[in-house]
Amino acid sequence: MPVDFTLLLPEFMLAGLGALALAGDFALPWRSRKARNGSLAALTLLGLAAVFAAALTGRRDEPEILYDHLIYVDDYALFFKALAIAAGAAVVLISLDYVHRRIHHPGEFYALVVFAVLGASLMAGAAELLTAYIAVELLAFCLYALVALGRGDKRSGEAAVKYILLGAISSAVMLFGIGVIYGAVGETSFRLADSLIGALSRPTALLGFAMFTAGLGFKLSMAPFHLWAPDVYEGAPTPVTALVAVLSKAAAFALTLRFLAEAGASSLDEWRTPLAIFAALTMTVGTLTALAQENIKRLLAYSSVAQVGFVLVGVIALNDSGASAALLHLAGYAFTNLAAFAVVIVVEAKTGKEDIEDYAGLASRSPFLAMTLASAVFSLAGLPIFAGFVTKFLLFTAAVEGGLTWLMVVAVVNSLVSLYYYLRIVRLMYVGEAAEKSRLPLPVAASVPVWLLLAGTVLVGVYPAPVMEAAEAAARVLAPF
Amino acid sequence: MEQRLLEWLIYLPMLTAAALIALPASARTLTRGVSIASGALLMAGSAWVFIAFDYSAGGETFQMVKVYPWLQSVGIDFRLGVDGVAAPMILLTGIVALTGTVIAANVERDAKTYYVLLFVLIAGVYGTFASLDLFFFFFFYELAIVPMYLLIAVWGSSSTFKDFIRTKEYGALKLVLMIVAASVLVWIGVIAIYVWADIGTFNIIALRDAAQDGALSGDFQRVVFPLVMVGFGLLAGLWPFHTWSPDGHVAAPTSVSMLHAGVLMKLGAFGIIRVGMTLLPEGMDAWSLVLFILGTVNVVYGAVSAMAQTDLKYVVGYSSVSHMGYVLMGIATLDSVGLTGATLQMFSHGVMTALFFAVVGAIYERAHTRDTLLLNGLASRMGWASAFFVIAGLASLGLPGLSGFIAELLVFIGAFRTEPVLGALGVLGAAITAVYILRLIARVFFGQRDKQWDALSDLTPREIAAAGALAVPLLLVGVWPAPFLDVIRPGVDAVLGGLP
Repeated sequence: MPVDFTLLLPEFMLAGLGALALAGDFALPWRSRKARNGSLAALTLLGLAAVFAAALTGRRDEPEILYDHLIYVDDYALFFKALAIAAGAAVVLISLDYVHRRIHHPGEFYALVVFAVLGASLMAGAAELLTAYIAVELLAFCLYALVALGRGDKRSGEAAVKYILLGAISSAVMLFGIGVIYGAVGETSFRLADSLIGALSRPTALLGFAMFTAGLGFKLSMAPFHLWAPDVYEGAPTPVTALVAVLSKAAAFALTLRFLAEAGASSLDEWRTPLAIFAALTMTVGTLTALAQENIKRLLAYSSVAQVGFVLVGVIALNDSGASAALLHLAGYAFTNLAAFAVVIVVEAKTGKEDIEDYAGLASRSPFLAMTLASAVFSLAGLPIFAGFVTKFLLFTAAVEGGLTWLMVVAVVNSLVSLYYYLRIVRLMYVGEAAEKSRLPLPVAASVPVWLLLAGTVLVGVYPAPVMEAAEAAARVLAPF
Repeated sequence: MEQRLLEWLIYLPMLTAAALIALPASARTLTRGVSIASGALLMAGSAWVFIAFDYSAGGETFQMVKVYPWLQSVGIDFRLGVDGVAAPMILLTGIVALTGTVIAANVERDAKTYYVLLFVLIAGVYGTFASLDLFFFFFFYELAIVPMYLLIAVWGSSSTFKDFIRTKEYGALKLVLMIVAASVLVWIGVIAIYVWADIGTFNIIALRDAAQDGALSGDFQRVVFPLVMVGFGLLAGLWPFHTWSPDGHVAAPTSVSMLHAGVLMKLGAFGIIRVGMTLLPEGMDAWSLVLFILGTVNVVYGAVSAMAQTDLKYVVGYSSVSHMGYVLMGIATLDSVGLTGATLQMFSHGVMTALFFAVVGAIYERAHTRDTLLLNGLASRMGWASAFFVIAGLASLGLPGLSGFIAELLVFIGAFRTEPVLGALGVLGAAITAVYILRLIARVFFGQRDKQWDALSDLTPREIAAAGALAVPLLLVGVWPAPFLDVIRPGVDAVLGGLP
């Protein structure tokens, strides 16, 4: 049967777009840095919009599997593709100013973002272990380079070294796991691997599963593999931190959920309890450590570790409602976190500071930024009318439906504790006295993306039906449901 | 038109908040104007709901039911409706929302943000009273709590005592963390009810019917009920989880105290009726004695604590704890008369305590102290303030002719029918209330005239209007309670009909 290449049109377009941004940077004679940055950003945004449109219009009613069980083109992959493209575009929008000020070759930055989106898309579509591994590495290498892009900033270099070293170890563990699984069942396709696990090969295959999942756990920053996250979040250029927090998390979850649902369906009983314990550990460690943070980026790092624990609750429930709730949560979380990072980027650009104490009195200096950050942290804390409320509610409901009542109790208690440190930020912004009284003017153009992200956070919170329908369609194609 | 009234009581404050965000911060007069106009509309809409509620209709107890699909796969709909218990609460919210927005016009610092948060809070309160979907019930319940933190922490006031200071941040944090901690219990309870009932919907009516058909086992109900009871009870000031209440009320700015003690605490008691009693009837039956005892402790302990206070707001704060005890007692009687009394007491106390806080706030703004040992003979300078305080005080101690008397009488009748000993202790609480209220009135308002207070000005016309709007219902319910009892009775009977 001839392969229908149009199915992979979005991926081809992304690859082309990345190459174009890279080439456009040096091949064209630019009159000014500003023009170069603006044009390349516009090119990237338009390109991403085109890919988005192509991905949605190219949707097939039936799931397709390409190249003899290598890549899925289905609603599940489409959901994450759309999420990745949207997140990539949002990151480009909120980092315009940063790139202009700090990066000599904007093409590099935009190209790496586009390639990272490509890697994330492929992770969501991967149908077997090696494809998954290559997609993971594509995303990871883009992020390594992006983290190191803050040239001249020592913390950026330090963060990149830590990220690359630990990332390499996790990749090695993951690859080892793949080898073990292949040795046990002689197959790398998720679905076939699941069906081929025999009584004799079972312990070996489970060892492989555990190693592969541990490697993914690193990408997810699941405790105890989360220790890189705070350093990388703090050291990386803030727009890159946003990308790591949103894009790489979403992609890693896309792969984890598909892997567990398809390759782990028959060994559910063996991995569910250990993974549930890891989830409980992740949210507890993230929440408790976040209490002691002084740097806003480190705080967001630990809070994202806690969020990973919450999403894992839905993944481990491994039922229809858990999967769709996890997907909905990731979408809401993307809006919320990007909104928070957008504020952090602006404040950092205007004041050069990133400690939580520096947010004191922000409400009087810029009511809009304070309102956005307050909304974002309320959403992270799971309060209405923001996305976090409904998504957490559905996640925890799914956990109880899946028989994990204890995990749900741990999760809601953590959710309560997290409110304490989120309120601390809100209190500083609204009650604290600013060291500097000067206002922080925000150009209208720069406030548009922030408005959009804030609107998205609220919209998912009050009218989640459209995103939920997409999430349910996506969850439906996973094997066991 | 009536069909869409309830939803607009939720949309309108939301839209007002959104509109205020769009207004420039410098447009102070416009901000106030829009807010008070919106408050007046809410009052009118609430009154309309109360009047349009047809108590003689019979059949299904919920009226003005409106359903919008929201997340159908999970079984969440935006479902609104009122019964005889919710209708007076809607009216109460309207009264306090209007008077609260009028009193809030005194706020100077960043009035815009203040009003935005106030309207979010009001939307949450209306939503909770009107929701017939368990998810949205919880949604709005949480929504009403969130703005409290900022409202108190930014616009509140700290209290200085002899050897320690209670800062407004302390009051705000204690209040929000305790209430949210309690709502975690509610959260667990809500999800547990949904999953164990296993009918794939959060619809309260359907869940009620399922519960009556035995979808929720007795054991399940007895395990989950205490979560719901403590979770909601905390917001109602249930002893020993009441400690956030005086500190929070004292730290809060006047209009927030009015809304919080006036309506928000009622959400807790309302939650016990709507979720605990309606969906977990066997659990309610099993735990009613515990609730009864705790409610009685509330009454006596709150009254004794109020007697020991020297700060006007703390007196009112502890008297709220005491009066909410009557509500909890009335609920725990599981008796038609007692529960009717509890519902009427929710209304009566809401209006009364809002009036208390409005007057105390006005005094504090002028005298810059709330110390009952310093304030003396205010009646000669602040005639209106004194008159309103006396009305609220007399309603609070249960003087016949004012709403408190009818409500407490009904609670006591219910209590004596079921647990006479606890009922007698409740009456003792009422006696203590009379002692501290009369002592306070005698000293602060009618004591010896003190020169240092001669410069104090009386209430402004705007404040008189607001306080008057609160005093009228107290008198009206006191002399002619029939319209209220007619509305409340069928709702209460329907709730009790589901009990084993």
